[in-house]
Amino acid sequence: MSEEVIKTEGLTKVFNKHLTAVDHVDFSVNQGEIFGFLGPNGAGKTTTINMLITILKPTEGKAYVLGFDIAKQNDSVRNVIGVVPQEYTADEDLTGLENVLLCADMYGIPRRIAKERTEELLKLVELTDFKDKKVQIFSGGMRRRLELACGLINRPKVLFLDEPTLGLDVQTRAATWNYIRKLKKEYGMTLFMTTHYLEEADALCDRVAIIDHGKIVVVGSPEELKHGLGGDVITLSIKDDDDVSELIREVEHVKDVKREDGSYRIKAEYGEVTAPFIIEALRKKGHTVTKLSLTEPTLNEVYLEYTGKSMRDAEESREAFAAQRMTMRRARQ
Amino acid sequence: MSETNSNSKSKLHGLWALTNRDLKKWYKAPVIFLLSIIQPILWMGLLGKAMNIGAIFSGGTFTMPSLTPPLTPSQLQQLGSYFAGLQTSILQGAFNTTDYFSFMAVGMISFTALFTTMFSGMSVVWDRRLGFLNKALSTPVSRAVIIFSKVLSATLRSMFQAGLIILIAVAFGLQFGAGFSPLYVLGVFAIMFLICVGLSSIFIAITIRSTRIETPMAVVNLINLPLMFASNAFFPIKFMPDWLQTIAKVNPLTYTTDAVRQLLIFSTDWTQLALDFAYVGVFAVIAATIGIVLSWRFLSK
Repeated sequence: MSEEVIKTEGLTKVFNKHLTAVDHVDFSVNQGEIFGFLGPNGAGKTTTINMLITILKPTEGKAYVLGFDIAKQNDSVRNVIGVVPQEYTADEDLTGLENVLLCADMYGIPRRIAKERTEELLKLVELTDFKDKKVQIFSGGMRRRLELACGLINRPKVLFLDEPTLGLDVQTRAATWNYIRKLKKEYGMTLFMTTHYLEEADALCDRVAIIDHGKIVVVGSPEELKHGLGGDVITLSIKDDDDVSELIREVEHVKDVKREDGSYRIKAEYGEVTAPFIIEALRKKGHTVTKLSLTEPTLNEVYLEYTGKSMRDAEESREAFAAQRMTMRRARQ
Repeated sequence: MSETNSNSKSKLHGLWALTNRDLKKWYKAPVIFLLSIIQPILWMGLLGKAMNIGAIFSGGTFTMPSLTPPLTPSQLQQLGSYFAGLQTSILQGAFNTTDYFSFMAVGMISFTALFTTMFSGMSVVWDRRLGFLNKALSTPVSRAVIIFSKVLSATLRSMFQAGLIILIAVAFGLQFGAGFSPLYVLGVFAIMFLICVGLSSIFIAITIRSTRIETPMAVVNLINLPLMFASNAFFPIKFMPDWLQTIAKVNPLTYTTDAVRQLLIFSTDWTQLALDFAYVGVFAVIAATIGIVLSWRFLSK
């Protein structure tokens, strides 16, 4: 089997004949990597994932998961993938154990094997103590872990996670990241996740695709993308008033220098390595550096560069959406 | 590994698991379970005992207009038994039984079938809104199984309630027809199975398209009582106006109710019973086919 676990060719989804949610998307995900789909609300992340997990049919284009065509061999795809949906889909009226066993039944796993795996998975997500409690009393983090256990019941080779930390607090989010890393490291699993949290994509993903208005704008590792921006920003001041711009520009990896109110704003690749060379070059000419700060670009800047807008607005509407969903869930009880 | 669980399973795997998931919401929740028992008792009490149609003819004491010459006591007695006979023959003529309660209690069984199937269709909307449906769709479980599990859980629930209603009705004084045998109850379950499969397939095809609980609610509220009263469940068709008779005669609930009456309280007319079964059976097959095909098409868009 090829190294490419997921491959799409011109994958497109048009709703109601005119709303193009996903527009000729091409990407591939390699064996054993965590691949992140990053984009704001409505960018087409969930539509893409829903096509890959065979619950939506593409309007155009093709996609393969482990070599299986998602449109023609959808049952084969379903057998080898695991899905952790955006929503908390576990049944509140059932216990944790019953929920995982229900998932096992949907995969047609014989009861004896299902029971063994369920025990094992509940231990992995640290829910063994709560397995006989109804999901109603579970916290958001516990529900997310239960979804994870359900998604792993068929021992998938690829796990799809749609917004795995949406609506979770900071600690629970960090704990979820650890589970995800563990799956990659200990089981060699390939993970495909969508997120709108830039720091999440940065911390977890080996490679990221930024998607906006249904199109992939850029793909690469978070490091590559950040460096692709032209590097870090070094700000420094020197004791005297001489203009040393030219001197700094000659240092290797320095891309741009601007003098603003007596301090210098320097764009440089690999800032933490370049900064000492700049200091050294200045000292040789008798200048003393009095202040220096180094700012590494974040994915937010990458995002801004490629989509022309900040992630923040989209993020706010997402939080509101999550809050609304919680209200609805309570209303149900 | 995953290869091992893809080979040795039938097309129907997961059917019972999904059906039981829905049923658990009912039998594991004491309050809901209790309410579903109280509901038919309440209706039977209200419709069968409070609206005691038989009492209209016998209950009231009335004074005869003073006649000259006054009636002798034996004449009065004759008159009394004449009216009693009249009551029996009117009830027999109208309801085919002398006991309105028995007539109505059987109508309750159709009533339950209709209500249970309608409302359990609602769980599809929740499954969609809360994402469970999408999760199920991403597993190898068949689309038809997902839909049929809903149909089956509604049907099993209705059948259980039908059995319960028979028991309660017997406790309240249901009068079985001549030649009744306990085996006939199996016939009641059979007709309940057919009607519920048909009805719930239709409701699920409607509800599965809706993301809001309000839409199917409105549809259900619009059609449930009219459908109920445009049948013979509570009142015989022959006294209805012609236009209503036309509706009642195509309403599958009419045939269901008649089948249950033939089995339980009438002296069984086998030809009529066969006709009832045939009608409801054809309805079930057509409705289930349309319902499942429509739902299937929706799920694989």
